[in-house]
Amino acid sequence: MTATDLSRADLSRADRARADHSPAPGAAPIGRMLRAQTALETSMLLRNGEQLLLTVVIPSVLLVLFSAVDIVSTTGPGARVDFLAPGLLALAVMSTAFTGQAIATGFERRYGVLKRLGASPLPRWALMTAKTGSVLVTEVLQVALLSVIALALGWHPHGDPLAVLLLLLLGTAAFSGLGLLMAGTLRAEATLAAANLVFVLLLLAGGVVVPLAKFPSAVRPVLEALPISALSDGLRTVLQNGAAMPWGDLGILAVWAVLGLAAAARFFRWE
Amino acid sequence: MQSEAVAADASPDAGASPEAGAAVRITGLVKRYGAKTAVNGLDLTVARGSVTAVLGPNGAGKTTTVEICEGYRRPDAGTVRVLGLDPVADAARLRPRIGVMLQSGGIYPGARALEMLRHTAKLHAHPLDVDALAARLGLDSCGRTSYRRLSGGQQQRLALAMAVVGRPELVFLDEPTAGLDPHARHATWDLVRDLRADGVSVVLTTHHMDEAEELADRIAIVDGGRVIAEGSPEELCRAEAANTVRFRSRPGLDLASLVKALPEGSRASEPTPGSYLVEGAVDPQLLATVTTWCAQSGVMPERLAVERHTLEDVFLELTGRDLRA
Repeated sequence: MTATDLSRADLSRADRARADHSPAPGAAPIGRMLRAQTALETSMLLRNGEQLLLTVVIPSVLLVLFSAVDIVSTTGPGARVDFLAPGLLALAVMSTAFTGQAIATGFERRYGVLKRLGASPLPRWALMTAKTGSVLVTEVLQVALLSVIALALGWHPHGDPLAVLLLLLLGTAAFSGLGLLMAGTLRAEATLAAANLVFVLLLLAGGVVVPLAKFPSAVRPVLEALPISALSDGLRTVLQNGAAMPWGDLGILAVWAVLGLAAAARFFRWE
Repeated sequence: MQSEAVAADASPDAGASPEAGAAVRITGLVKRYGAKTAVNGLDLTVARGSVTAVLGPNGAGKTTTVEICEGYRRPDAGTVRVLGLDPVADAARLRPRIGVMLQSGGIYPGARALEMLRHTAKLHAHPLDVDALAARLGLDSCGRTSYRRLSGGQQQRLALAMAVVGRPELVFLDEPTAGLDPHARHATWDLVRDLRADGVSVVLTTHHMDEAEELADRIAIVDGGRVIAEGSPEELCRAEAANTVRFRSRPGLDLASLVKALPEGSRASEPTPGSYLVEGAVDPQLLATVTTWCAQSGVMPERLAVERHTLEDVFLELTGRDLRA
């Protein structure tokens, strides 16, 4: 399809019914703008094949693979899936809020999407709110899918659903801040490379599928302070062991969230 | 060599009251990027309801100027008022009232053409009818195609549609027809004309002199970060003045008697043997004088041609280089 498909017929038809372009400016109500932007951001995210690979396929495959095959030795009570499911829920949050959001936002910045939206009536805070909304919608779908798979594999979750919700939300805030910081400061290609590298490193060293207990004790305190470790450990504490509020892990996530979001707000460049 | 009309700070008029009603008013604008000065003391006033073309070569400061008006950058010096507002300080109030077409990009690569246009419409209170606008710009046939798969021309037209769908008072179009084929170019021109007819102010940047001549009420020629000439296309081309008549005939004609017959300020010369050039205020009377002289001299003026100054000539005279360089 080329530009020449704009035929004479198109033009003469347009001439017959000339529209009125007289000025009638004005921003739409903020609720309508927020709904529209959230819907658009969500469909952009779900339509992107690479994003779906990262957010849906990889966590699901890892869950099935490691539950079925004795590649890594798990720890804690219950079946292998009882150790793995919380870790892969944490991975799902990281894949969407951090990796996916960083890459998508980095390229939106590169392609001038953020710049163009900056000249629209949509306020910047509303754009960021919409992005957060689309991340949360995606996470709901991820959690639902992973839970169904895990339950089919014999998962027996325990604990307080409120604690789980709080962990997921704080984890999302922490990873969003770091992802947006990366997207708003690095070149899009650098963000793509770095976000994928961080994803793989944290998948291996963040207590997602490999218990942190397997790492040398010298590096363990460092690994335990990572947001992915706090999230997977917190989720495991609740879902696998049925413990009450994991305040330590929540605290680590809260610190990352505040630091990440503050740095992103300070250093984010829109162009 | 410059007439009043093309003097650097020609009167900005066009509207009844440019002070109060100007769509854009820029005075003494300076913008530097590090050691490089992109805009260097630029003055420009755009009357409401007019089409103003900012014409200049790459790197002249066109885009920087427009993007300062859009609120993307702060000036280093000077003042900019758009619809009476400060584009940075009053951004929230200004943005719903302006339409913006960036030079490139600005659209999610995975978004479909109509989806993106519909979305932009949803951000505005009283948008145009999306389907009618899409049809008019030839976007209906590719409405379900993602932005990254659109042709360059379709991408341009989608960006244009997004700039006008919110029914703005003022539209900034940064090189709206770059890379368009002739049909699409004319569709864009027609839309710009309709916008003006409906009272929308338009500021467009372009390298194309014919586009500026065709569309603009006022043209500002920008070079080196300043407006070096400003006026209506007619004023800039000096339709009456300094045009030429050329013809060929046998070499060595005695031009003294022709010069005597021509009005004051005209010149006649034979730059190469047999090729004659008459310069001056070319009007029907002058042309008649030339042909009458030919008849009296018993010579046939062959390849007789009246040549108007084009904007290209004006630009070459002013800057000493080609507009597209």
